[in-house]
Amino acid sequence: MSTTTESVADADADPVKSGPGADSPSGGRDHRKQRPVAVQHMAGWLFSTPFLVLFAVFMALPILATLLMSFTDFGLRNVTDPFSAEFIGLENYTKLFEDEKFLKALFNTAYFVVVGVPLTVGLGLVVAVLLNNGIDRARTFFRVGFYAPVVTSIVAIAVVWRFVLDPSDGLIAGLASEVGLTSPDFLGSEALAMPSLIVMAVWRNLGTVMVLFIAGLQAIPPDVREAARLDGASTWQEFRRITVPLLRPTMLYTTVITTIGYLNVFEEPFVMTQGGPSDSTLTVSLAMYREGFNFFHMGYASAMAYVLFVVIMAITVLQLRLLKDNTK
Amino acid sequence: MSAARTTTTPPPPTSSGGRLKKTGVYVLLSVGLLVMAAPFLWMGLSAFKTDRDLTASPPVWIPTEWTFEHFGELLDRLDVPLYFFNSLTVAVLVTLSNLVFCSMLGYALAKLRFGGRNRIFALVLGALMVPGNLMLLPLFVLMSKLQLIDSYAGLVLPFAAQAFGVFLMRQFMQSIPDELLEAARIDGAREWYIFWRIAMPLVKPALATLSILIFLGSWNNFVWPLIATNDPGKYTLPVALATFATDPNQSDGSNGMLMVGSLLIILPVLLVFLVLQRHFTQGLATTGMK
Repeated sequence: MSTTTESVADADADPVKSGPGADSPSGGRDHRKQRPVAVQHMAGWLFSTPFLVLFAVFMALPILATLLMSFTDFGLRNVTDPFSAEFIGLENYTKLFEDEKFLKALFNTAYFVVVGVPLTVGLGLVVAVLLNNGIDRARTFFRVGFYAPVVTSIVAIAVVWRFVLDPSDGLIAGLASEVGLTSPDFLGSEALAMPSLIVMAVWRNLGTVMVLFIAGLQAIPPDVREAARLDGASTWQEFRRITVPLLRPTMLYTTVITTIGYLNVFEEPFVMTQGGPSDSTLTVSLAMYREGFNFFHMGYASAMAYVLFVVIMAITVLQLRLLKDNTK
Repeated sequence: MSAARTTTTPPPPTSSGGRLKKTGVYVLLSVGLLVMAAPFLWMGLSAFKTDRDLTASPPVWIPTEWTFEHFGELLDRLDVPLYFFNSLTVAVLVTLSNLVFCSMLGYALAKLRFGGRNRIFALVLGALMVPGNLMLLPLFVLMSKLQLIDSYAGLVLPFAAQAFGVFLMRQFMQSIPDELLEAARIDGAREWYIFWRIAMPLVKPALATLSILIFLGSWNNFVWPLIATNDPGKYTLPVALATFATDPNQSDGSNGMLMVGSLLIILPVLLVFLVLQRHFTQGLATTGMK
């Protein structure tokens, strides 16, 4: 009971509406408000329940279970009998950092992020700025075109890209042969497989970033630009001094979500290269999937999942700090 | 720099310099667009090529001879209508449940003052940040225990109420004037009636946006259906195509069939997107900017 009243006060502290009776001019109005608040409290919880139940069972519980599993030798037999898994402490975690495959997967994931994120965010910004300056009529047309890859299935995209990259009769091979060059075996080469996947990911995710930047650009008041132009700023100066600083929040957001997405990269290597050749495209998520669902080392795979989770949280917090400090 | 300082008046937007700039922008964007569209064009055209054209070197863009043979071939080998039906069923169920549950919580978070509201919102925000792969293993164990592997329920339940949907609906619900809801309350309307009959009709554009984004996410979802189905009869379209594509015994490595398969996955979505593209970008901008 006491928690209820406390929580009601907590909700009322929300700036959306002032506290109960705090600046209410008459006691009579206070009396009328009494019932709706109680009703709203009930309704609020009833409206929240379906989501919370699904959330608890299919998200919170699995998140917690992953943590517990990571301290056990959870294997195939435990799928039918989860509670017979044995507690082995930190063994999975210590094993991880001696596992060359995992370390390679960490490196590959870092590679994907370090090259992929600036390319995606940078190109997304360029396209958004181009679309926002000087194009009026065809804006929708271009926006739709650049966004289209975002809405398409990775499987279909992968199938198409495998043929685009095919060294014997692929699109790039064909273009190369016309100018008398031979195409490298993009996906079969240890050096080129990962860059190929990065190009594909940039192609696929550019549209998301672009749309966010367009929204950010349109939020910049036109008179700010006008004032800059009146002061004689060149296009480049306007971009550097006006657009970029005012876009900082959008840039922060797109960088953070792209980084999180790329740290989780799974589908591209899974459908394009299965991690090969020689594990050159093995990412952390793919390594986790393999350990968990091919070898059924689920305890070990859970430890991988948590290491990745911690890395993602750490990098996100770091990015929020670094990039936010710059704005102020 | 100093030259710029001497210019006291801004160049009018329609000056010849501006026009030149405009042309440059158009050229750059067109080149970019061509690169973006090339794989789609390649796929669309290749689906109608004969085997000879498919393996021709240098490659031919436009089929020298248009053929539907790969469509027939794929439909013979892969039960496309079944997988199409599976994908559609799952996507429709996921969409409907999100429309109801996310709107309910979104409404509560935006318009009802109740204890715990801020904590629930924090939970939703937290859920947005958790990588989906973190839950795969226990989710698989849970579904095995519940005997929901190879069932629509197993494919739908983990996505039945998504945090980003709550976030999106909350944003839109906030735009409803409080006075309107308050008036209904004073008239004695029940909260459910207010939600269903007053709030929901007012956020129809948001519901359209949410439907499209969720439907598409489900249609394109790959990892969970891959894990949650063993029985080919319950495969969704992407899982079926991926399995088919990586099994050389089935597909004979035939590019034509795979192009047709990809086209069949992408085409419905691309058409929907082209018609309703405004809702996509609107949804993304709404959830993205806050």
